[in-house]
Amino acid sequence: MSTYFSEDHEWIKVEGDTATLGITAHAAEQLGEIVYVEQKETGESFGKSDEIGVVESVKAASEIYAPVDGEIIEVNGSLADSPATLSESPEADGWLYKIKLSNTDQLSELMDLDAYKAFIA
Amino acid sequence: MADAPKRTPLYDLHVELGGKMVDFAGWEMPVQYPLGIMGEHKQCREKAALFDVSHMGQVILKGDNVGEKLEALCPQAFSTLKEGKARYGFFTNESGGIMDDLIVSNAGDHFFIVVNASMWHQDIPHMAAHLDGVEVTEIFDRALVAVQGPKAEDVVGALCPAARDLKFMETTVAEISGVSCRVSRLGYTGEDGYEISIPEDKAEDVTRALLADENCEPAGLGARDSLRLEAGLCLYGSDIDTETSPIEASLIWAIQKRRREEGGFPGAERIQREIAEGPARRLVGIRPEGRAPARHGVEVQAEDGSTIGAITSGGFGPTAGGPVAMGYVASAHAEPGTRVNLMIRGKAQPAEVVALPFVQQNYKR
Repeated sequence: MSTYFSEDHEWIKVEGDTATLGITAHAAEQLGEIVYVEQKETGESFGKSDEIGVVESVKAASEIYAPVDGEIIEVNGSLADSPATLSESPEADGWLYKIKLSNTDQLSELMDLDAYKAFIA
Repeated sequence: MADAPKRTPLYDLHVELGGKMVDFAGWEMPVQYPLGIMGEHKQCREKAALFDVSHMGQVILKGDNVGEKLEALCPQAFSTLKEGKARYGFFTNESGGIMDDLIVSNAGDHFFIVVNASMWHQDIPHMAAHLDGVEVTEIFDRALVAVQGPKAEDVVGALCPAARDLKFMETTVAEISGVSCRVSRLGYTGEDGYEISIPEDKAEDVTRALLADENCEPAGLGARDSLRLEAGLCLYGSDIDTETSPIEASLIWAIQKRRREEGGFPGAERIQREIAEGPARRLVGIRPEGRAPARHGVEVQAEDGSTIGAITSGGFGPTAGGPVAMGYVASAHAEPGTRVNLMIRGKAQPAEVVALPFVQQNYKR
């Protein structure tokens, strides 16, 4: 199991050909208090860089872009009623989707934790 | 903007307090402090919050009959504005749009006015060109600080007893911590409170003294925007501009009766016509039913799918407990209770036209 990071500030934790996906703590901190999360539905397929959701803070709306190709197999439905979870626990309880990866080769284009830390430094 | 952003006399204090600095209208201003926009917003509604608004343009007008002369540029009754009183107003253009909004105070031997940070470069030459025999002087050496909230009277009054005697829209000069300040009981949050003009070399001392009160915390531009939105107060450049008339913007309350009847200000023809016949569109409150905030530019549709207007300001209202917005809709759809749809990212989200403000205003009348 390993975790990758995108330049759009998502994390993706991979187990075989499935993965859990969310926004990074850095992204959550930059956004400020989150008041609304718009998510896709289970079963929807998407390509890398497609918009797969919107996170809105008190300040502004920010799109979430898919870091890889895949299909949504589970949506974290608790965020609809408590979007603040995304601010408080972006890399654990505030996960957005569980997905099935269609192209695991794309993972090599993402960053590991050290590279991501350097990227946001 | 090529020039480096300007800093107010309180810049170092903002940084010390952990303010997150952003460029706003050419100024480096705190958008929030560690408390966060939501916390700062609630602080202001429940206790008292202090905002640096030194980026706004403070101007002194000196000469004979300044109030009367201002009436040639604004539809307000400034000739009858008594000493020690302040009044909200706006500059109109020949087509009845709004060039900027402002607060005008009669300070006795002069008029003191405050204009938007983004518009002073227009307003100063506009006044200089049209106010014959009036000396127009912009003040560059004073900070402007707003203390707002139900505890504002206690916070400011503890250091400045005279502040307690002011009523809403009254102004005076008084000492705070031994510094002579202009203290005005008004603001931009819907709460009771003050705006205090302070000599720049003493601005940090006075601000620190105000913040020393346990009921007072610093707040940034983020909370200032959500507070004014809930209070139904217009933001120049978003809700009102050179195209929108004050009648469309539901600002008829700010045009006194004599001026409505007599006219004699730029754009009077359109403004008087709209007073008589009603405007084609109106600025209204809009309450989305779901949780998705509707922001500036979102299209407003009638239930039959026809376009009837657009959102001009919108976001999350921490006190309202959900999304709140303002926007223009065709007058036929402007009655509170009218159901509309907001086109957010291509999807129709149900919403309702509501009376403004979203939260009760708590002014000390």
